[in-house]
Amino acid sequence: MTRVWKCTGSRGFVTLRQIGLVLVAGVSLLVGGMRGGADAAPLAHREVLPSGVVLLVAERPAVPIVTATLTLQAGAVFDPPAKSGVANLTAIMLSQGTATRTAPQISEAIEFVGGSLSVESGTDTARLSFSVLSKDLDLALDLMGDLLTNPTFPPAELAKKIPEVLAGLKRSQEDPGTVSYEAFMALVYGSHPYGRPTEGTEASVPTITRDDILAFYQAYYRPNRAVLAVVGDVSVADLKSRLQARLGGWTPGGPPLAKPAAPASLAKGVTKTIQREVTQAAINFGHLGITRDNPDYYPVYVMNYLLGGGGSSRLPQKIREEKGWAYDVGSAFAPGKYAGDFSVTMQTKNEVAQDAIDAALAEIRRMRDQPVTTQELADAKAYLTGSFPLRLDTSAKVVGMLASIEQHGLGLDYVERYPAFINAVTAADVQRVAQKYLDPDTYALAVVADLTKAKLKP
Amino acid sequence: MQDARRRTDLGCVRSWRFPVWMGVLWLCLGLTTPAAAGTIWDRVTETTLPNGLKVLLVEEPKDPVVTVQIWYKAGARNEALGKGGLAHMMEHMMFKGTPKTGPKQFSMIVQRNGGQDNAHTARDAAAYYVDFASDRVNLGLELEADRMVNVLFEEKEFLPERDVVYEERRLRFEDQPSATLGEVMRATAFMAHPYGRPTIGWPSEIKGWTLQDARQFYQMYYAPNTATLIVAGDIKKDEVLKKVTELFGAIPRGPAPPPQVIPQEPPQIGERRVFVRKEAELPILFAVHHVPNLTHPDSAPLSVLAYVLGGGESARLHKKVVYELQLASYAGADYNPVYKDPYLFGLSAGPMPGKTAEEVERAILAEVERVWKEPITDRELQKAKNQIEAEFVFAQDSVHTLANLLGAYEAAASWKLLTTYLDGIRKVTAADVQRVARQYIVADNRTVAILIPSKPGGAPASK
Repeated sequence: MTRVWKCTGSRGFVTLRQIGLVLVAGVSLLVGGMRGGADAAPLAHREVLPSGVVLLVAERPAVPIVTATLTLQAGAVFDPPAKSGVANLTAIMLSQGTATRTAPQISEAIEFVGGSLSVESGTDTARLSFSVLSKDLDLALDLMGDLLTNPTFPPAELAKKIPEVLAGLKRSQEDPGTVSYEAFMALVYGSHPYGRPTEGTEASVPTITRDDILAFYQAYYRPNRAVLAVVGDVSVADLKSRLQARLGGWTPGGPPLAKPAAPASLAKGVTKTIQREVTQAAINFGHLGITRDNPDYYPVYVMNYLLGGGGSSRLPQKIREEKGWAYDVGSAFAPGKYAGDFSVTMQTKNEVAQDAIDAALAEIRRMRDQPVTTQELADAKAYLTGSFPLRLDTSAKVVGMLASIEQHGLGLDYVERYPAFINAVTAADVQRVAQKYLDPDTYALAVVADLTKAKLKP
Repeated sequence: MQDARRRTDLGCVRSWRFPVWMGVLWLCLGLTTPAAAGTIWDRVTETTLPNGLKVLLVEEPKDPVVTVQIWYKAGARNEALGKGGLAHMMEHMMFKGTPKTGPKQFSMIVQRNGGQDNAHTARDAAAYYVDFASDRVNLGLELEADRMVNVLFEEKEFLPERDVVYEERRLRFEDQPSATLGEVMRATAFMAHPYGRPTIGWPSEIKGWTLQDARQFYQMYYAPNTATLIVAGDIKKDEVLKKVTELFGAIPRGPAPPPQVIPQEPPQIGERRVFVRKEAELPILFAVHHVPNLTHPDSAPLSVLAYVLGGGESARLHKKVVYELQLASYAGADYNPVYKDPYLFGLSAGPMPGKTAEEVERAILAEVERVWKEPITDRELQKAKNQIEAEFVFAQDSVHTLANLLGAYEAAASWKLLTTYLDGIRKVTAADVQRVARQYIVADNRTVAILIPSKPGGAPASK
């Protein structure tokens, strides 16, 4: 994946985790959603197909394209304990051969029409996505159906992909930010699956066999755990009939989803430092956070925006604008389905690493000790509600929103209800959740730096 | 949403590690929608105010949003020798506020109104964006008109911001092996033209900028006559043009920028090869070639060639070097024609553990030689054309992307080239592709840059 340089832009909640599918009754409904707060065009059509797939369709006929994502509860959280990386390799291998198509035939087919098709795995979910011109929708659906229902996981292809994954792991170690983040996650989550890289490790990946992948596929790639969001130049009725032929034979099943034991909170602060010949210290610190279904989600969301979720938030104002210590500084709550974390991320020249950490901790303390000002809170609410239309202005964004709404069980009227959730948050709420969910004394700290220059407190 | 505020445009660095098909939109420009009667470009209105401000308006009401973008012809190419990176520093200063908004208030005001702002500096231009719900279009215009002439220059703001830019350089170049290699590669490929200098500036240059440097750059290059204002989205053109005239019309034309004394790159007369030794895990290979830009007829076949070689997993480099030979974990091609002066056609690859950059280079160049020797197949030609066309249609899904294309084309030459680009692509033959491969993708016109991974202390990394 292309690394996106996120700087001091809005962070809010990072979507490192895809929240779980909420089981819903098999009824069809059409719910109006407010697009940009102005007109009341429906956000999407929703229904549950006979196989159990939740289908969400938003018609956007202005541009002749169709964009879609099928989300499965098949992320790395379900990796067998000693086989970290199985979920990732299953996703990768899904497009490497079916009963009737070879890997090169699959890539040639989608690329010939200028489309894209990808399968990737995250922590909680795996996602199959495609984008095509609407005239090529049949081809994309053929491929999607074939990959989901007839993959063969050819051993010769697996023999190529394992070294590629290992090379990717090696190359990821060249990025100080990645190394620091992975060390931080391991400290915060301990033995919980969220503490492991989704790609697996140099030790685990070579042990993964075709049988492991087949077993994972059979357990987790099931229509009753799938949400398909389709957006673009397409009609609901037409799409449904086209899907019947492709996904009709996909059989429901799979074992109950095993919930990992909750990670333990840190008993005391922990630090991991990693020596590199770098000019900057890559810093991550924080602790456990919240899950998406936490009733304090919106107060936490607003509080984090004020702390370090946007370019005008307190952390960038202090550490970037005032001190000039960092280009990139911010904070995020990452709410997963099974756990969540809070982290502050920044990169600063080695020499001021400790000063920058101290300054960030001071901002966290201030958030706990003093109520935010009326103006700050009003500005944050104005941004978080007023920018909503920008979250729905492309097909890919609408796909993401629909998938998120379904996975989090937010309801298709979420877009209408969202402003009220934000506007209900008070300064007292912000302070309360800061005191409850931020801990400036007991945290995990990971630093990748030239440690001879970065004088960190012991 | 993540927005990368005040980021430096990384030129080709951003796409070096990735094949052309991974979201690189510059290749996709100017193709018509297959089924539509007119093209999107037919709906672009161009107006030039008496003070020289060019205004491009696009009514695209599919979503209730608007993008307001202003592109100044004030990129890295405009910097004086020794003042590298100043155009980008100026970009950062544009967020420092004006007497009207107050210090540091620009982004605060934007966010208070539900907007998102961003900017980037490239070699030919600096671009500023504000995206809003469409009822805030006038605010976007007011803010841009204000900071075209009224930016505050204060030492207490300037000095920490200069440090921030230095941190940006460390983050994005000095501690990223591929970016470091790219910087050295460009400095080697361009001996004369400023495209060889880093947009962010060399470390000594960053440390040397003064407040006065930034102010002078602003006074020289920020004016209606160096700018293109683009407003696209759910707007009424007449109303927007009226407001633009009201807000920008009174701003006096700036002094004519000094005549561009930019040395053109002399023809390359032999391969150049450069190595970077840096702490890293695996080698990286770049091989770049001087090629024409979008104003040249060879631009279209070069675009097709980039897709034939690097347009996805079914393209030649991935299929042979990654999939069949398993020499590299990625291999791609990269050609961005949207530059004012000729730029580069790149090949790149990341060797697998245990493989050398030289082995990978031989395999990649064997694929180039295959294009020299035998024409590409009809299907490959058609696939590349389909990919270019589809990428363009996808780009129309976002008014921000559309406006961005207009701005980039206008900064390089003229946005009107977008209207003819598809015709150029459609006319490309297999013989054209073969001809440009033989003409440009040759050893004497090539700069090869190789990252040699080392372990701490400079020792070679174990394989």
